[in-house]
This record gives sequence, C-alpha cells and structure tokens, in this order.
Amino acid sequence: MAYPKSYRYTKEHEWIEVKGDLATIGITDHAQHELGDVVFVELPKPGAKIEAGKSFGTVESVKAVSEIYAPASGEVIETNGELQNKPETINNDPHGAAWLIKVRLTNAAAIRDLMDAPAYEAYIAEKGKETSA
Amino acid sequence: MESSTISLMSELRKTPLNALHRRLGAKMVNFSGWDMPVEYPSSGGLIAEHKAVRGSVGVFDVSHMGDIRIGSGKKPGGALAAVQYITMNDASRLAIGQAQYSAMLYPDGAFVDDVIVHRLGEDDFLLVINAGTREKDIHWVRANTKGFDCVVEDLSDAHTQLAIQGPRAAEVLQKLTDADLSAIKNYWFTHGTVCGLRNTLIARTGYTGEDGFEIYVPSDAAASEKAWNQAMEAGREFGIIPCGLGARNTLRLESKMALYGHEISEKINVWEAGLDRYCKMEKGDFLGRAALEQAKAAGLTRTLVGLEMIDRGIARDGYCCCNKAGESIGVVTSGSPSPTLGKNIALAYVPPASAAVGTILYVEIRGQKCRAQVVATPFYKRQKKAAAPQGAGGN
Repeated sequence: MAYPKSYRYTKEHEWIEVKGDLATIGITDHAQHELGDVVFVELPKPGAKIEAGKSFGTVESVKAVSEIYAPASGEVIETNGELQNKPETINNDPHGAAWLIKVRLTNAAAIRDLMDAPAYEAYIAEKGKETSA
Repeated sequence: MESSTISLMSELRKTPLNALHRRLGAKMVNFSGWDMPVEYPSSGGLIAEHKAVRGSVGVFDVSHMGDIRIGSGKKPGGALAAVQYITMNDASRLAIGQAQYSAMLYPDGAFVDDVIVHRLGEDDFLLVINAGTREKDIHWVRANTKGFDCVVEDLSDAHTQLAIQGPRAAEVLQKLTDADLSAIKNYWFTHGTVCGLRNTLIARTGYTGEDGFEIYVPSDAAASEKAWNQAMEAGREFGIIPCGLGARNTLRLESKMALYGHEISEKINVWEAGLDRYCKMEKGDFLGRAALEQAKAAGLTRTLVGLEMIDRGIARDGYCCCNKAGESIGVVTSGSPSPTLGKNIALAYVPPASAAVGTILYVEIRGQKCRAQVVATPFYKRQKKAAAPQGAGGN
C-alpha cells in the first residue's frame, strides 16, 4: 500500500495529515499489518488533550494490545465512531476510512520534525531487514 | 501465549519447516526461544485460520514440541513403573496404541509440564512435551527415573510434528496414508506409511478442540516439506490453509485446554487447574501425590473459571480480577476475542466463592473496571458425529 505523500509519519507507525491547524491521525499500513486482525479500538473523547509522544489510545488485534502515540499535541475535536463497530476497517483502509481522531493542533509547525513518506518507507524497510536477519 | 523462556534473537531455534514458513510470508515470532509462525497473511490471517480449523481443516507446524521416549530396561515393567511415578494419570490403563493427557508434577503438586503419554508397546512410552519446557523436562525425567529399570531417550529433534486439524482432517490425511484412519479413535494412534514415509506415528490428538491428527515424520527438511506440501495438496478441495500459533492459541482457549505458563505452572496445582479427571490418586504413589492429598484436605483457595466480557474490552493474561468493591480477587491467565463465539473470553483464577456460573466480576483493563460474567466451560465444544462415535478424549 502506498504511503500518502501529504502525510507525516512517526517511528511508532502513526500518520498525521495537517490542514492549517487541523490534523487527522491514524495508524499506518505497516502497523495494521504487524498487528493482524484488529478487533478493538479505544479512543479519547472530543475535548481530550493529547500530547506529542504520549499514548492517547489503544488498538487491539486478536493477539496483542498496541498503544497509539500522538504525533503532535492538541485537542481532540472528533473521533471515528465507525471503528467501534467495524474495527477491521483499520486493516482494510488504514490511511483513509480508518482515521482515528481529528485534532486542533497546538503547534502545527512541529510536525516538520516527523518523517515524510520516503523517509518512513526507508525506515520500515530497514526494520524489516532487522527482523528477518 | 509466550511461555516461560525468552532467548536472544540470535539463538532462536528453528524447525525443519522454517524456510518454508518464510517463503509463505508467515509472520514469525519468538515463541519460547523458537522462531515460529504466528499467522500467515497469505492464509487470510489468524481469524481466517481459526475458522478454517473449526469449519474444515488447517495444518500447523508443531515441531517445537518435544518428545521423550521411556523404554524398557533389562527386565520388562521398568518403563511403566517410571511413567507411573513421574506422571499423574494412570498409564497402566492404556492399551498399546492409546494415548492420554497427563502431567508431570513437582513434589509440591504443581506442574513441571503437561504431557500426552502414548503407549508404544507393553513397556514403551512416548511423552510429548511443551517447547518452552523441553530442557527442564528432559532433565526432570532423567533425574526422577534413575531408580527405575528403563531407558530415557530425548527424541525431540528426531521428528517434524504436523497437526492436521478440523472436521475434514481425516479425509485429507486418508489420501496420504495406507493406515485406516476410521479405525483410530480419539486419543489413539497407529503407525503407517504417510506420504511414502514408512512407520510414521499417526495420532488422533490435537490442541484445537476439533477432530484431527498429529503426525511425526523424520526431521530432515526434505521429508518435512514433502509431508507439508502433500497435506496442502490433499486438502486443497477442502480449502486447507497453513495455520500459525495465533490460531492454535485461540482454538485451544475456546476449548479450555491449558497452556503451560498460563493456566498451569510451577505455582499452580492440579486441583486449582481443574484437571482432577486426569489425576489418578488411587493408582499408587507418584510425584506430587502426597502434596495433592494435603491440598485436597486443606481446600481450594482459587479455581480456574471461564469469563465472558459484558463490557467492551478484552481481558488479557495478567490482568487483575476484582469484586464490586474494587478489591483484587484474582488474575486472568489467558484472554482473547473468540472468533467462533464473537465474544471476548478469558480464563482466570478466582476464589471458589466467586466461581459460580453467572457471578459478575470486574476485570481491570487499563484502569477501567470492565464487567465480566463467569460462564460454563469449555466455551466451545465440537458436535460429535452421530454416525462415528469417538472416545471420550484423554482418559
């Protein structure tokens, strides 16, 4: 699956798309693949504050619980309610329909420190080499 | 499902099918020091693998399991006496060609490991043991059979063990062997030619709660891959798929089969684990017996129960169980969504007073108290075919 050029990516495998001071956040195709069948998602409520680098929710597959880390700081303005009933959307469309939260950012400029798509692709390729060695 | 041992990545052990799993694109994990497939995205992943076994058939590489043979010494009877002493079930009741679920116990009545004991001959037994406890087990068996006239052999690396599991497993395997599988009852075994490999052990056993077979073929990569590939080919018409340890875990959990390091361990005794029917106190002395007698007289302080989550959330291994007042009363040993039931299920140790079916408990999930209900177990029990009655499972 292609990694959208307009998104930025974290080392913990979240993506963020920023328009002005509004951002949409999700987990990457690589993350959903590593997790396997997603069966449960826990997200903060609108109004909650999230802080860059800190966990703001969890995604669970049959086998494992995985924390989701905030790519940037801000206030949650909307969560994707569809995922509660259809968590498998995260496997099927991680970069689109399975967005997790929308956030009003405290400092939109800070996302420049995150990886762009080519850098993220190189990052996961390198990780793949480590685990198959 | 990771039990006791964790090894360094560089020291991971591999089964003879390791290269094949990697070619299939399996997701590999460190399981008790073994580099094992947890699921195959090419099979559709864990849930698809689980459903294939419940609905049709799947194949697992379980070569990481260990095998210990206890054979006759100078005079007959020594091997049986040794097996009777180091395991809790009554091996003297086994016919040649029959197997039983059993366990090896410490003197305090807790578990060294659970095992399947196969009676190969009048005074010849094969114990199939867990991967994570192999070294401990072989050491334990050698140390505790010293006083017996028997020969102990570690055959763990001699076999590739394949588990063909599911309601269509017999049809798949029958295409590959001259042995009459319809004559093998549940928890019985035979030897036959499988995939051209002569004298292969074929056992009607498994760890899925479904009908199925485990076959023990020579551990060279060529023979192993041949058996795997022929099983895949024979099962094609039934939609057979490779299955990993992830599905193996959810399948055994639905069937309430114990996993070492979780439901049973060196800190849990037989009564607590609810394995009474595999423990034959009347058979004579065996390791752990005296302590179990005392434990029975003292009464249970905790017992294994099945839980079904009422609130949203998945109870996982190690999560705390509490009462309405928020006091900790127990702990979850295994938990997962159940692909067959579509519910979140778990096994947990709780005090007997909280163990009645229908009791509401709370599982603490990331600081939230989530309601769960004690339910009857196993969570899933397969429908036995009326036309082909089968044995009762391990004696």
